[in-house]
Amino acid sequence: MARKLGSQTYTLDNQVVILAGAAIVGKKEGDGPLARYFDNIVDDEYAGEKTFEAAESRILRDTYVKLLEKSGKAATDINFVLSGDLLDQCTAASYAFRDANIPYFGLFGACSTMSEALVLAALLIDSGAADNIVCAASSHFCSAERQFRFPLEYGSQRTPTSQWTVTGAGAVLLSNQGQGPRITSVTPGKIIDEGIKDANNMGAAMAPAAADTIMAHLRDTGRTCDDYDLILTGDLGSFGSTMLRELLKRNNIDLKDKHNDCGTMIFDLNRQDVVCGGSGCGCSASVLSAYILEQFSQGLLNRILFVATGALLSPTRMQQGETIPGIAHAVCIEA
Amino acid sequence: MKTLSKHEYQKLVEKKAPGSNVVRNIFAAFITGGIICAIGQLVMMTVEKLGADKETQAAVTSIVMIFLGAFLTGINLYDNISKFGGAGALVPITGFSNSIVSPAMEYKKEGYIMGVGAKMFLIAGPVLVYGIFASVIAGIVYFIWKQVI
Amino acid sequence: MVDVLKAFLLGGLICVIGQLLIDLTKLTPARIMVCYVVTGVILGFFGLYQPLVEWGGAGATIPLTGFGNILAKGIIKKVNEEGLLGAFAGGIEAAAVGITAAIVFGYIMAIISKPKIKS
Repeated sequence: MARKLGSQTYTLDNQVVILAGAAIVGKKEGDGPLARYFDNIVDDEYAGEKTFEAAESRILRDTYVKLLEKSGKAATDINFVLSGDLLDQCTAASYAFRDANIPYFGLFGACSTMSEALVLAALLIDSGAADNIVCAASSHFCSAERQFRFPLEYGSQRTPTSQWTVTGAGAVLLSNQGQGPRITSVTPGKIIDEGIKDANNMGAAMAPAAADTIMAHLRDTGRTCDDYDLILTGDLGSFGSTMLRELLKRNNIDLKDKHNDCGTMIFDLNRQDVVCGGSGCGCSASVLSAYILEQFSQGLLNRILFVATGALLSPTRMQQGETIPGIAHAVCIEA
Repeated sequence: MKTLSKHEYQKLVEKKAPGSNVVRNIFAAFITGGIICAIGQLVMMTVEKLGADKETQAAVTSIVMIFLGAFLTGINLYDNISKFGGAGALVPITGFSNSIVSPAMEYKKEGYIMGVGAKMFLIAGPVLVYGIFASVIAGIVYFIWKQVI
Repeated sequence: MVDVLKAFLLGGLICVIGQLLIDLTKLTPARIMVCYVVTGVILGFFGLYQPLVEWGGAGATIPLTGFGNILAKGIIKKVNEEGLLGAFAGGIEAAAVGITAAIVFGYIMAIISKPKIKS
């Protein structure tokens, strides 16, 4: 049974193991620094499908199939699938798992979806409600552009704080048995809105939520940054990371060299034209499922805090003059 | 725990945000816009040589430039030109064309009626609405002025 | 050739104003396009745009302000011919060629082309 620590953290009494992970990404991501860690790279942005939405579902589904293959489990062993994406009605995820024949929970946490899935899955397994849960999230540059911004062929210039939506999906299998890194505590996040109105500056919109959740986790557990090898945010990007450090500094927390961000890891910011870095659910999901798990298996990481961050923006509300709320969920993963 | 108010945070964001390279952007916009207009001028002069009157020249030139914008959009090039030239690609009529052709291409997946047909003016709509609305007001003002004089 | 150079200079300058608006203000490209066309209507209405057209040719007619100018000239002509009703006909009539060309080419491109991911 999970026990509440402090204001919003829960430690898990029972074992929650990350048995395996899989990630499939697109061409640009496959051209980035983490290319060799991904299970597959899809060159065609249509992934052999007719539309970008179908392509995203396809990539997510293929990632899930790869995950089962790597974990040695069958679909009948899985109790639940927790998944989500950026699109309206979470359409990429629902169609990806349409034929999976497993009870499915669709989640919307924008780019924090992977963390959200891990938090919920960990609590479900710890409570004894499930033995094996698949957590997955995806995003696709083209489907995101067409929904949130402009048609692909429209000539728009990217602003200096913008980020590039990752085309990719990541999935992990959580289990109450087996070998692998364990989730030991989770800190679900609150929605934090500091009034950012620029949809091209999501890093600044999400940084306050990341700061709030990280501070809550450290406070509740009584730990400091030194107790972690890595505090990994989802997709704050380079500017969002700067703002995170500023906010934590004002609360006497110095991240030093412990912080990294999936958005700045998945692309080479100097060589690839992505301005502040990657974004999208698939960003943190693929980096975690491929690179981070590999680091754990090589004994290079002992304890990390995985904090995927989301900008809960709605194009409609933005046009109505609203600001962008952010959210971040933290998951403590230990070897 | 929060030591910054919303207002203070926004001010901090503004202060720390990376700025665009304004000089480079201006230079690129000037070159891009200039070249597109120069092409338009060449088209106009060619049509003039073929013996057309002023009105036909203007009409043919705009058709050719709109076609140029449409064609470059269709071969997936216009967005690259725009990435480089910014306003230099946005402001000319080729940019107007790009803003109509790009949604038409994009939303074909939702069908020719509800996709292409309905969403073609998603981006260019305001230009037409406000341009025509402004001209109507101008027309009414002109009409009243003529009565008064 | 001098005419081509003048068109290049004037067109470039008009676009630079737009770039400054993009970089230095919070105005979005869509709002800037609306400003351009409405400015063109106003300048055209007061006859202030014609000198630019005479000097720079396509450098004045190709940017969106030129489109506004066409709308204004059309409305004045039509109101002269038909009175108040002209205020409702003049604009679209003058812009007819441009709007129709955009619709036709847009539709054709939609049929034959496919959007690709940006490089």
